[in-house]
Amino acid sequence: MNADEDKKPGLWSRVFHLYYDGFRSMTVGKTLWLIIGIKLFIFFIIIKMIFFPDFLSSKCDSDQEKSEYVRHQLTDD
Amino acid sequence: MEELINVVDWSRAQFALTAIYHWLFVPLTLGLGIIVAVMETIYYKTKSEKWLATTKFWMTIFGVNFAIGVATGIILEFEFGTNWSNYSWFVGDIFGAPLAVEGILAFFMESTFIAVMFFGWKKVSPKFHLASTWLTAIGACLSALWILVANAWMQYPTGCEFNPATMRNEMTSFAAVALSPMAVSKFLHTVLSAWTLGGVFVCGVCGWMMLKKRNLDHCWRSLKVGAWVGVIGIVLTIVTGDTSAVTVAKYQPMKLAAMEGLYKGNHEQSIVAFGILNPGKQAFDGQDPYLFDISIPYGLSFLATHDFHAFVPGIEDIIEGKNYDNDGNVINTVSYSERMERGKRLQEMLSQYGSAMNSGNTVLQDSLKTAINADFKNFGYAYLDKPEEAIPHVPLTFYTFHFMVTVGGYLLVFLLVALLFVYKPQILAKAKWAKWWHLLAIVTVPLTYLCSASGWIVAEVGRQPWTIQDLMPNKVAISDLSASYVQVTFWIFAVVFTALLIADIGIICKQISKKSQTDLDTVND
Repeated sequence: MNADEDKKPGLWSRVFHLYYDGFRSMTVGKTLWLIIGIKLFIFFIIIKMIFFPDFLSSKCDSDQEKSEYVRHQLTDD
Repeated sequence: MEELINVVDWSRAQFALTAIYHWLFVPLTLGLGIIVAVMETIYYKTKSEKWLATTKFWMTIFGVNFAIGVATGIILEFEFGTNWSNYSWFVGDIFGAPLAVEGILAFFMESTFIAVMFFGWKKVSPKFHLASTWLTAIGACLSALWILVANAWMQYPTGCEFNPATMRNEMTSFAAVALSPMAVSKFLHTVLSAWTLGGVFVCGVCGWMMLKKRNLDHCWRSLKVGAWVGVIGIVLTIVTGDTSAVTVAKYQPMKLAAMEGLYKGNHEQSIVAFGILNPGKQAFDGQDPYLFDISIPYGLSFLATHDFHAFVPGIEDIIEGKNYDNDGNVINTVSYSERMERGKRLQEMLSQYGSAMNSGNTVLQDSLKTAINADFKNFGYAYLDKPEEAIPHVPLTFYTFHFMVTVGGYLLVFLLVALLFVYKPQILAKAKWAKWWHLLAIVTVPLTYLCSASGWIVAEVGRQPWTIQDLMPNKVAISDLSASYVQVTFWIFAVVFTALLIADIGIICKQISKKSQTDLDTVND
């Protein structure tokens, strides 16, 4: 047995292989990742971007304008 | 106005839908996380392959539920920014700070160590793996902590000061927000109820496997941990439920009155153990609130204050500002009519503050700011058209509260009996009714979910009409959107979340069925 075979892989190499080997050996996990991907796409790309804009940012350009807008809403000025 | 009501109702319905769906995933993650960590600890100590196989079985179920449930809560934050924009601005950094802590600390902790938990069996030392499993379980609980702190602040706004220049509440004490009595009792009650649900879930799955006579040894091992976690969970849930009731009585007396359908309070107030409400009952109409009730003398006084003789105000007392000490002396005289007048004065001052800002009158600004903050706890009452508007939906609050308490009592008995069977398995082995017990265990799983959802309905419906207790009612918190816009997203969420739930249940059932047909006394990688 030579010294190279005894040499322990570095931390980052071990972290990489933890994920690489882990993802490769998944069974039900592959289905779950597919569901997570579809879900995140629907949430962040479709729902957030199309249906859930930041309401105040769409009405006002600055924080001061937002304050005034909310003051108007709360005091009926 | 009708359009506004529709927007408010649809936005509330949307938030309720997404929150309840989100909460179907979360408690199982919290409960199973602890159960898996305990199982792996036993494996670590015993080095038994059987315990390793059992740990891996439940870890798979945990993983499925975690993966499908993850990020479902983010939808609630989308809704804050779009549907509840006045509220989102008004709460300022108070809501943002706990959520930021959650994102930075808990979520990353949870998502980092979950990878080691699933991928690291042969890659890291057993001790490091065990630590990762515990850190994943603890990280999940910490995630819950911060969102519950934010929710508790909405129920009991504290540790903040309103800035009329920015129209935002500014945090003055993070500790006061994070450690408020409402936050502490809410966190403990909620997380411990999730442990209970995790325990019941294990009992239910084992009940099904025992009915099918599959992997009985694995079932007994699982039940040993599941029943213990469940019993500890339900006992502590009941204890913290008592603390929660005292907190609610102190800071949200209207909610407590609605929970009990109590319109006129008394000293030595009884508690309704079972009751049917009079559906036609309105405040101040003099009708009996119950068509039928079985009450326990002194019960509500003790539950609310831990004093059998204390006065517990009813809905009408609270509106009229009536409260008494044990000697019958009046201790609170601020009626809701008075609070509405004070609120309108605050609203007027806020308007004047805006004018003073525009004219650069800093002296007037300072005096108005001081005056506004001195009485700010009445601000939200400015928006009520009449005092009765501050009464929550009594039947829904009453029935969900009583359902939650009844099922909670049943769960205590169920889990104690399950624990008895763990240590005396011969009772169940000889019993002709064993299959009925297994069926009961299966049925108890959805019942526990309903119980858990009921708890949230009590907490959230019971504080209506407030988005932030006493400071901001729903109709002011809402954005200037059309009802049809909110309706569209409501139905999108209904479809997406139902699909996710079907996927969750389908994959979990498939995994349980598939793995139960393998030998769960040995490790099959």
